[in-house]
This record gives sequence, C-alpha cells and structure tokens, in this order.
Amino acid sequence: MADGATQMKSDLGLYDYLPWPGRPKITWPGGKRIAVWIAPNIEFYEYNPPNNPTRTPWARPNPDVLQYSHRDYGNRAGWQRMMAAMDRAGFRGSVSLNVALCEHHPEIIKACGDRDWEFFSHGIYNTRYVYNMTMEQEREIIRDAFDTVRKHTGQTLAGWLSPALSNNFWTMDLLAEAGIQYTCDMFHDDQPMPVKVKSGRLISMPYSLEMNDVIVYNTQKVTPRHYGEIIKRQFDQLYKEGNESGTVMCIPLHPYLVGQPHRIDAFAEAIDYIAGHEGVWQTTGREIAAAYHASGAYDAMTAAMESHKANGGQI
Amino acid sequence: MPMPDDYLKYPARHYGMDHDRYEWSDLFKREPIVWPNGAKIALSIVTHVQHFPLDMPSKPFKAPGALSMPYPDFRYYTNRDYGNRVGIFRVLRLLSEKGLRTSFAINGIIAQRYPAVLKAVVAGGHEVIAHGLDMGKVHHSGLEPEAEDQIVSEALALLRKESGQSVEGWLSPGRAQGFNTPDILAQNGVRFCLDWANDDLPYRMSTANGELLAMPMAYETDDRVVADEYFQSEADWVQQVKDRFDVLYRETADYGGRVMSLPLHSWVSGMPYRVEYLREALDYMLSHDGVWAAPVGEIAAAFVGQDSSAA
Repeated sequence: MADGATQMKSDLGLYDYLPWPGRPKITWPGGKRIAVWIAPNIEFYEYNPPNNPTRTPWARPNPDVLQYSHRDYGNRAGWQRMMAAMDRAGFRGSVSLNVALCEHHPEIIKACGDRDWEFFSHGIYNTRYVYNMTMEQEREIIRDAFDTVRKHTGQTLAGWLSPALSNNFWTMDLLAEAGIQYTCDMFHDDQPMPVKVKSGRLISMPYSLEMNDVIVYNTQKVTPRHYGEIIKRQFDQLYKEGNESGTVMCIPLHPYLVGQPHRIDAFAEAIDYIAGHEGVWQTTGREIAAAYHASGAYDAMTAAMESHKANGGQI
Repeated sequence: MPMPDDYLKYPARHYGMDHDRYEWSDLFKREPIVWPNGAKIALSIVTHVQHFPLDMPSKPFKAPGALSMPYPDFRYYTNRDYGNRVGIFRVLRLLSEKGLRTSFAINGIIAQRYPAVLKAVVAGGHEVIAHGLDMGKVHHSGLEPEAEDQIVSEALALLRKESGQSVEGWLSPGRAQGFNTPDILAQNGVRFCLDWANDDLPYRMSTANGELLAMPMAYETDDRVVADEYFQSEADWVQQVKDRFDVLYRETADYGGRVMSLPLHSWVSGMPYRVEYLREALDYMLSHDGVWAAPVGEIAAAFVGQDSSAA
C-alpha cells in the first residue's frame, strides 16, 4: 500500500459511537418529518480501462462488451425513463457523477442542470479506483472533479461517493481538506453524522446500500416489483419515526438498471407514493447537509458523542 | 507500489464514446421507426441452441451456463444437451401453434452433430443465426485474428450448409467479443449482431469491413438469467416480460416503433414446467394490436429501409 500504510487496522476510526435512543433531535426546514433524496449514479465505465492491482475493472478481459454495453444502456435509454419518473413525482436528483461524463455526454448533464439537480462527485470514471494511489494522486482526482463539475455545470461540489466505493484511510481527510461537505461512503447510521477528519467538517450522509438498485437487483436478486415494495416499506417506517426526530431516506439508483423497461414502472409508483404524503421534504444531499449545519444538529451530535465518551461509552 | 501517473491520464476522455464502434445516441430523440403494416412493436424472439463440450476450457472465462462440476460433468453436460434433444422441439411446437416465425441462435457445431435440429428450425420457417462454434469457444482479445476468423468462418460455413440459409446474424457465446470481433464478423458476411445490450432499437456499428447492425437483445429478462442468475420463479419471469413489453408498447405512442426482444434457451424454456409460462408471455404480447413477430433479419431489414442515420 502507498504512503507507508502497511499495517492493517481493525477499525476504520472515522466516527464515534452514539446509540440511537436519546440523540439530539433533528429538525428539518418547515418542520418536515423526513428528508427524501434520490441519488442517480450517472456513470461512465471505460471500454479499455487500465488495470489496478487491487481490483480489475471487468470480469472478462477488455473489452467486456456485454457488461460495457449494459452500463451504456443507462446513457442511451435508461436515464430518460428514470428522469421522467422523477419529474412526475417532483424529485430533483443528486447526481453521483463520474465527472468525465461531462465531456462524454454533455446532453445528459444539461438535462440534469436544467432541472436544478445537484451534481456530486463519483470520481472520474467508475473503472478508475483510488486503491494504491498516493495522497497526492488522490488530491489530483479531487481537484479534477471540482474543476470539471464547476466548468461544465457552474456548481461547486459538496458531496462525494468514491468511484466504485474504493477508499483509502486518508480519503475522508482529503475530502474535508478540499471543502467537500458530505460523504456517501459509509452506511453505519440512518441519520447524518459527523466524520472524524483532520481539518474542516465532514458529514456522513445516509445513502443506503439496501435501497440501492444495484444491490437490490444484482446482489439480493430482488424482482422489480418487490423493489417498489421495499422502497415503500422503508419510507413508511422512517416517515413514522420522523414524528420524533427528522429522518433521512436516500434512494441510490443506476439508470442502466432502474431505467430498464421492465423495472421503471414499479419504481415510479413507489416514488409517487412517497411524494403523496404530507410532511415529506423532497430534497438533495447538499440541502440536507446545509440544514444539518444550520439547525445546529452537527454541533449537537458532536457534543453528544463527546459526552457519551466522557460518560464511559467506548470509542 | 503506488499507481503510475498514467493511471491519472485519460486518453479517450472526450465527447461521445471512448471507442469508434458507434456514436452515442439518445433513444428518445431518434427519428420514429414504423414497422411493416404500421406495427408498433417488433417482437424479436431468439432461442439459443447450444453445445457445451465436456472438455470446455475455463480460461480466459467460461460462457454462462458452462459446465461447473468436476470433470467429467455428467450433470450439466446432459442437462444442457436436453435442450437439443427435447427442449427445442417443445419450443418449436409452441411457436408453430402460435404461427410465429422467429430466430434461433445456434452453435455451428450443432449443424454437424444434430442436423435434425437445423432441419426442424428451417422447416418451421425460422431464421438461423450463428451462435459461435460451441460454448467452449469464447471470443476475446487474446485470440489471434486468424484464429478468431477461423472460428467465425467455420461456424458460419456449417450453419449455411446445413440450413441452406445465408445466415447473416451473429450472437457470440456468452455475448463476448474481442477488440477485433466486429471486423471479423463483417468480413465473413455477417450483417447484424446481438451481443451489445445497450439499446431498444437497432443502431449502426462501424467495422474495418463495412457496417454492422447492432440488434437489441434484452439481458436481464433472458430466461436463463432470470432462472439461473437471479433464481427467480417462472411467474416472476413472465411478470417482468409483460412489464417490459408494457413500457415499450406505451412508448411507441410518442417515440415510434420499439423492439421487444425475448431471449430464450432451449434447455431453460423448453423444460416441461416452464413452457406454459412461455405460452402465457407470448399470448399476452400477441393480444395487443400492432405487434409484429418476425425473425431478427427481417426486423433489421425493416430498420435499414427507413433509418436515415447511415454511417
């Protein structure tokens, strides 16, 4: 491993423990019960990517035309169906963007920008991982992402999901140092939580593996109609709990999957169901992070974790 | 070892695709296609007919459905071969009852081993598409062009001879290709190929030897994928086929004709307990107005006849 990180650790060391009961109350703008955000991963997978010793981009030798073209379906066909369903339900997207897509498919970027969707970074390509990079190389990726998104969309990046969820121990420090406000790479909570970084302030934003279409369809082998049921169940519970303290629900998507004709209607019906409830804040990652700070929740959670530790709680 | 700095260089980071095989195109912004007789949906039914050699290699990768037990794998060798002895004839009988002319993607070696299969397919009025030589001969970039050309030409020659058809369609085993495959296919008289899973309409690909048409074929509603990769029930498969059809059919009102593809395997849908689910899926789609079921080659020809995006 690069930069002398040769010893394996038993703990990420990136957040303190705080049990769910008794936490500071989270208040969302307008007294909404639940913040619901949808994060489409708009991705570009390379036809002939270089290898990374830790992870090979494709299962078959380059070019893996079946998997490559399956991903490409999202950028030719799937994104339009996904966007139409979100438009109908009144959701803006928070795009988890492989930023090279700005150069490859500006048409898709424009359609998202026209709808005031947020762009956050999902690395340069989904076939380039940060494994084995030096800190300086990883800083270069972060700079590239900031510059590319600013140049093509006018937005300043607020969020980050590492490409293909590849990470190094120092990744969170580098993100915070560069001014990233929230990371989507950790799944330890369903409330936004402070991340322990060397400088700045970084929020771990609930993003969810289990609502993520790629996990649901390809790992859990769930049918499209059952995915619709899962989304509604998750929403019902978090909506109910939102009476006590503001909750967050994220639906991470991939247009090459959810945008398939046999899947789109069940998904669309589920997000229509969510939008049909009172007290739902249909929002973006950036807006949730801003509200979390503005309401004092970040400071209150930080203080609660310190107090828990001081009172004999571990870690 | 740190990554070389080249890992942060992106030579193909520019507008459009990162290769020269085809242009990017938005499915929802194309010239509307009208299928013959004003049909909305071209229903493309492609049944795989496959031979998995007992000694099939595992490198560089195995095609899906490959034998997976220790050699000699009696279990899967014979289970797959069931499709060639029984399953395909059950599927053919159903298609005949429905009066459907479709396509069969057949490993070239089948023509030599089981000429009766070719005879029945041709007699049913179906189109023969080449499905490589056998399931152990996957196409990949480690093959020398001459070796790959040898596989392609042998598969085509066997199928052309036995079927008497021109055989201009191609589906690679495992839908796998190397960098050279489209060039080699075009050189051997192949006009369309079904490997690329990125569209619901045909589109044009460039090769060193002229144009090749990419024909749509669904990936995730393939009978084998649903049964053997997702482990979902037959009823779930039918539901997804119907749902897929419904959305494509609805889109034709605003965007012109679509292709609804239905990939089948003789050793999957040809099982006794599955074939009636196939009937249910077919009955559902055929109960709609404006559904034109045709061999892939005829769908390709109808597309070429009106598409103005010639490369």
